[in-house]
Amino acid sequence: MSTKFGRLVPLVFSKRGFSTSTSVQKGGGGSEEGLKSLNLCSAINQALHIALDSDPRSYVFGEDVSFGGVFRCTTGLADQFGKKRVFNTPLCEQGIVGFGIGLAAMGNRAIAEIQFADYIFPAFDQIVNEAAKFRYRSGNQFNCGGLTVRAPYGAVGHGGHYHSQSPEAFFCHVPGIKVVIPRSPRQAKGLLLSCIRDPNPVVFFEPKWLYRLAVEEVPEDDYMLPLSEAEVIRQGSDVTLVGWGAQLAIMEQACLDAEKEGISCELIDLKTLIPWDKETVESSVNKTGRLLVSHEAPITGGFGAEISASIVERCFSRLEAPVARICGLDTPFPLVFEPFYMPTKNKILDAIKSTVKY
Amino acid sequence: MTSWLLGRSSRILIHQQQQLHKGPFLNYNSSCSSFRSTEPFRCRDALPGKNSSPTLFRFWRHESTKAEAQLELEQDVTEDDPKQIIDFPGGKVGFTSEMRFISESPQKRVPCYRVLDGNGEILKYSDYVQVGKEMGVKMYSDMVTLQTMDSIFYEVQRQGRISFYLTQMGEEAVNIASAAALSPDDIILPQYREPGVLLWRGFTLQQFVHQCFGNTHDFGKGRQMPIHYGSNKHNYFTVSSPIATQLPQAVGAAYSLKMDGKSACAVTFCGDGATSEGDFHAAMNFAAVMEAPVVFICRNNGWAISTPVEDQFRSDGIVVKGKAYGIWSIRVDGNDALAVYSAVHTAREIAIREKRPVLIEALTYRVGHHSTSDDSTKYRGTGEIEYWKTARNPVNRFKRWVERNDWWSDKDELELRSSVRKQLMHAIQVAEKAQKPPLEDLFSDVYDQLPSNLQEQERLLRKTIQKHPKDYPSDVPL
Repeated sequence: MSTKFGRLVPLVFSKRGFSTSTSVQKGGGGSEEGLKSLNLCSAINQALHIALDSDPRSYVFGEDVSFGGVFRCTTGLADQFGKKRVFNTPLCEQGIVGFGIGLAAMGNRAIAEIQFADYIFPAFDQIVNEAAKFRYRSGNQFNCGGLTVRAPYGAVGHGGHYHSQSPEAFFCHVPGIKVVIPRSPRQAKGLLLSCIRDPNPVVFFEPKWLYRLAVEEVPEDDYMLPLSEAEVIRQGSDVTLVGWGAQLAIMEQACLDAEKEGISCELIDLKTLIPWDKETVESSVNKTGRLLVSHEAPITGGFGAEISASIVERCFSRLEAPVARICGLDTPFPLVFEPFYMPTKNKILDAIKSTVKY
Repeated sequence: MTSWLLGRSSRILIHQQQQLHKGPFLNYNSSCSSFRSTEPFRCRDALPGKNSSPTLFRFWRHESTKAEAQLELEQDVTEDDPKQIIDFPGGKVGFTSEMRFISESPQKRVPCYRVLDGNGEILKYSDYVQVGKEMGVKMYSDMVTLQTMDSIFYEVQRQGRISFYLTQMGEEAVNIASAAALSPDDIILPQYREPGVLLWRGFTLQQFVHQCFGNTHDFGKGRQMPIHYGSNKHNYFTVSSPIATQLPQAVGAAYSLKMDGKSACAVTFCGDGATSEGDFHAAMNFAAVMEAPVVFICRNNGWAISTPVEDQFRSDGIVVKGKAYGIWSIRVDGNDALAVYSAVHTAREIAIREKRPVLIEALTYRVGHHSTSDDSTKYRGTGEIEYWKTARNPVNRFKRWVERNDWWSDKDELELRSSVRKQLMHAIQVAEKAQKPPLEDLFSDVYDQLPSNLQEQERLLRKTIQKHPKDYPSDVPL
């Protein structure tokens, strides 16, 4: 366990620091003053504090959130805002989301926690058939726009089948909700606050691998990062790479190695999967002529397919090579085989080379 | 239950609270979310003791606890030494050396509360909330209106003028009497067989017709099947087809009302079949634990399409499920408008005053087919249907009572039925001539604003329509 982490950590974080440091902050990240070094779960915690503090009609609820949550994202909230605004629910995901929809439909900010993204499926009916269609089916007489469902997400080294999943693609086929996934503490805080205040129901996935491992300077004040806006976090001219969440750190490592072999990679963090920022990706691919998408979720039916098909439609005459998808395998997420399952740096690097040599 | 009795219960509660604060008892904590259950009969012995859990006093709030205690006696198990009580995390529990399993249901089923007998006479010693002439006449008129709506709309669907319809036949009393017992501020989360609540609240016949025709005047913009009504003005959440999803939503809405300090509750309806959905379990449990002011009204009409109740559950109906969740529950004759009115009126008061959920199981019978897509004679006898349609008809029963009070006459009846029929016929003519919603309503309201992918799709569709106009219906304005 610790040996594996020890081996993996250098692969994840270069000396240059986490990938945010390569980007120019968008959307009012604030000045360099008022910064504090935070990990992902502390940044989430800070966002929740701000949300509860700035809106008296906001609530945080779910399994075990009262004492601070199993990843500590809700630490201190119940003490500060009271147990009527930050509270445990019975252990029932469909109840949590259904309750949240009712609360949001009454004009509140309902911030529901699903303890692991793997357990969001019991609430799938409430999210897909109810939350997503609430405004549309009522002719805009009612809405549950104040609902945000946040959940830990993605691989963690030892999660096996039910503590490693990346279910984003299931939700990307659902008009009416937004799906948002941050890559770092600074991004997480700004994006989560935008989700909470967005007038549409949002599913917010938090890469749990990064809860404690990703550390960077985060503005202490209130700031929001825009949804449905991708970010070019690394400029390049030979190939465009698109990803989200923790996978971006792996992709960045591949970019660095490719650079040593004379390949210039552009790296884009998609951030919002629906509605997604086609324009930014299209613009990049028109420049580079090549596209590689990578995600931890299984390749078949993964969101990479939507990106790939859309870009082929829009940039067909510009493409110099087939779109590459380097993703998780089409198996349930395995325990001891996790290192073989994951779309590793070298799998990505090999694909970058093949694409450029095509 | 009379207001007087409620008042007495409240005074008892206040008395107990005062006593608790004065003496060695634990302080009563209203936010205590864990209702510790125990033998209610034993509570009486525990009451004078120093070690009584304050939450036990919840039993003494309501008279029905006595009746419940008596019922429980039938299943009483002899305790060993009564002094040997262990305070488990789930509450204080005595011990027994007798191995006895609690049976699934007592021999005697939970009785069904009623006020009017089959002849529309108030039963002797009936405990009910008074209904005056104005209220009584309006209740009856709305039941008749529902009946008339049903017969006309059903025929209109058979003629292919609307795509689908679902009647309320046999359940008019549950609809109208429930609505009459509520305040306009109470939030309604319906299933689909409760348009009577919306009718009571002032939704016009014309608006009902517009929704069924899906025209430009439909608040829902023509997006949902007929009978999926909704109105924010009337605090009636838009109906959706997935069963039972509205139940945990009602708990969230109720929690919001509680936090806002509103003198209102959420009221949500479901059929007996819906209680088999996981969302029913979620809602009941959340409502109890969150101490949410919500009234659950279950229309147990004996059928879920072709599935009879014996293929749905093996418990004594729905009312017994409330107790398992720690929810006050009552079974009521759903064909008795006065019983429904009284039960809902009282349940509402309890929910709001005590910030807790209440469950009402209204026993009734689905006289009509499940919907216009169903022929119920394929799975049940016509004799059974006729019996409930005639001998047990809720509208007829209430009519007898209203007539006996000299509030209603044959002349009034003829005038009302004729008037409603005319209004409906006119409303249908108006709706049938109205345009469909504009094409842009296909795309709007998916989100609060139109995202770029939908903008693109709308542009593409409009080009296609321009190129192939004959492929598309001409009554949708572009």
